[in-house]
Amino acid sequence: MQIRVSDDALAIACGADRVADALAKAVPDADIMRVSSWGMHWLEPLVEMDGLGYGPVAVDDVNAILRHFHQQSNSTDTINQLEDKNHSDRDTLFIGPVAEHPFIARQQRLTFARAGKTRPLSLDDYAASDGWTGLDAAHKIGSDAIIETVTQSGLRGRGGAGFPAGIKWKTVAQAGSGQKYIVCNADEGDSGTFADRMLMEGDPYCLIEGMAIAALAVGADKGYIYIRSEYPHAIAKLNAAIKLSAHLVAPFIVEVRVGAGAYVCGEETSLLISLEGKRGEVRAKPPLPALEGLFGRPTVVNNVLTLAAVPYILAHGASAYADYGMGRSRGTMPIQLAGNIKHGGLFETAFGITLGELVNDIGGGTASGSPVKAVQVGGPLGAYHPPSDFHLPFDYEAFSAADGLIGHGGLVVFDDSADMLKQARFAMEFCAVESCGKCTPCRLGSVRGMEVLDRIKAGGRGGDSVENLPQMHNAPKDKARSTGDELALIADLCETMKFGSLCALGGFTPYPVMSAIKHWPKDFTAREFTA
Amino acid sequence: MEFDKRLDDIIAVHAGREGPLLPILNDVQAEFGCIDEAAKRQIAHALNLSRAEVHGVVSFYHDFKAQPSPLPVLKLCAAEACQARGGQALADDIAAVAQGKCVIEPVYCLGLCSVGPNAMIAHDVHARLDAPRLNALIEAL
Repeated sequence: MQIRVSDDALAIACGADRVADALAKAVPDADIMRVSSWGMHWLEPLVEMDGLGYGPVAVDDVNAILRHFHQQSNSTDTINQLEDKNHSDRDTLFIGPVAEHPFIARQQRLTFARAGKTRPLSLDDYAASDGWTGLDAAHKIGSDAIIETVTQSGLRGRGGAGFPAGIKWKTVAQAGSGQKYIVCNADEGDSGTFADRMLMEGDPYCLIEGMAIAALAVGADKGYIYIRSEYPHAIAKLNAAIKLSAHLVAPFIVEVRVGAGAYVCGEETSLLISLEGKRGEVRAKPPLPALEGLFGRPTVVNNVLTLAAVPYILAHGASAYADYGMGRSRGTMPIQLAGNIKHGGLFETAFGITLGELVNDIGGGTASGSPVKAVQVGGPLGAYHPPSDFHLPFDYEAFSAADGLIGHGGLVVFDDSADMLKQARFAMEFCAVESCGKCTPCRLGSVRGMEVLDRIKAGGRGGDSVENLPQMHNAPKDKARSTGDELALIADLCETMKFGSLCALGGFTPYPVMSAIKHWPKDFTAREFTA
Repeated sequence: MEFDKRLDDIIAVHAGREGPLLPILNDVQAEFGCIDEAAKRQIAHALNLSRAEVHGVVSFYHDFKAQPSPLPVLKLCAAEACQARGGQALADDIAAVAQGKCVIEPVYCLGLCSVGPNAMIAHDVHARLDAPRLNALIEAL
């Protein structure tokens, strides 16, 4: 009997190690494989026995699921009842064949094709599941054809900006000779996103293969993966995978670099400067990192998911990838369903699926059972969308047109207990905490934004000691600054931050703030001001 | 002397790398629980940087501390996905219990956003926390 339990950090956080130990004790002769996660997080720890799934399994459930499994495999024509009536609810842990589960069957998994199926560090498993075929193809066709293939596939940067990967690679390839770098941005700081982490932990060779292909395309011999320090499991897996696969990607060398808790280092210029060992302060572009990047050398900076999509494209051709998707958003997006959602997890599908399908049909609505109030799409810098936006197709341009962004593809669902003023204030607070401090709109605007939102909560304010001076002719004396005045002020502040900030941290913080004010105005009229 | 020796060893491991400062600082923080003035001076000297440059980098990153935490550190996620699952209420509930037993540090996202509220102790991650489970974690520290 073959038993599979994931060793993904999320499964471990839910108790997968203890469950695997208990299974090993209960069935000493079983082959217990620690595999990547299928991405059905509400079912973790998921135990798969000869293809049949049970989840979420606790240590106490182990005997019951083993008994159920044996009854299942021994008799196919009767519906089995568990003998142990105390554990009759354990029947509900049974989900049938895992690969046929509706959550999996509805997906189009290209980047996450191996999720749940292979042992992350097994080179045999990787090679047996189409691994290295993209790199082999890349070796055969050479630099120009690799770039042409990636360009034709329509692959756009999955980190959030959506810049065409092929064009970026071409710029680096044409940037003369000499030292060039491939830098993988694995500083996945957005709340509600975990696809980078799952890929690095579950399929590290796929990322290494993607980087090696990029290196061939642009003529780089050194690659760095910059991972946030909050991901110790991913760091360990990648370090191990780099060692085991070094001979397969040589002379290209990959190295992991660990961040130190700064969200802003996910911004590409900040990340490069941090890699150089400096304060992770954002810098203006141009010069583009593609021309003057790490240590002033031409550098490809791509997100984990962008690089991990490349092996499939090289192995199966540009059109195999570009056939998925809509408009200018080609291929698939690993969407992450998070927050207060019943069926949270990783859902990779072609662009074009609607927000409502994702939240209600696939996600099953809220975990709490209360109605959905808001869905934040694209991380802490993404807009809050009300259910009236559920018709929006998941597509870079469609979300942009609706004053939002898809970012790194994370969805965070909130039920009706959410206080949108509190969420707007948090967005400003997060920006204040994580600002690199280089530009004024972000560094000061975020703090002022918190103050204005606090005053909106308090219902406005009265005149201060300066405003009340007789020589302040134009300052209002008798009337307080109303909530309406404060709302006008924050709209103005957001305008300044949006257009005046150096990077997306200050520039996009207005998205969650203004979307909250626009869609839930009632949350911003807390109470009338009383002097 | 023991301190100097261990610090020199860490510096020596990374000295040949491109951009060695961050890997050195990460290791020093992990080894000593902080990056103090003496460490900054020694690192600056070894890398031919000014002490101000090293201080600037140390003070920029949240992970680097000026002094070691007197108590075990529990990082509790304070980001949106955990907020949506009751993370803030949990943090409020647990604050009194944690007093004197551990330091609760807010962290923005552990990447386990579908099963929050989440916490991390050293490198161990814990999901689906409620007050009793978090209490048990704190008691076990």
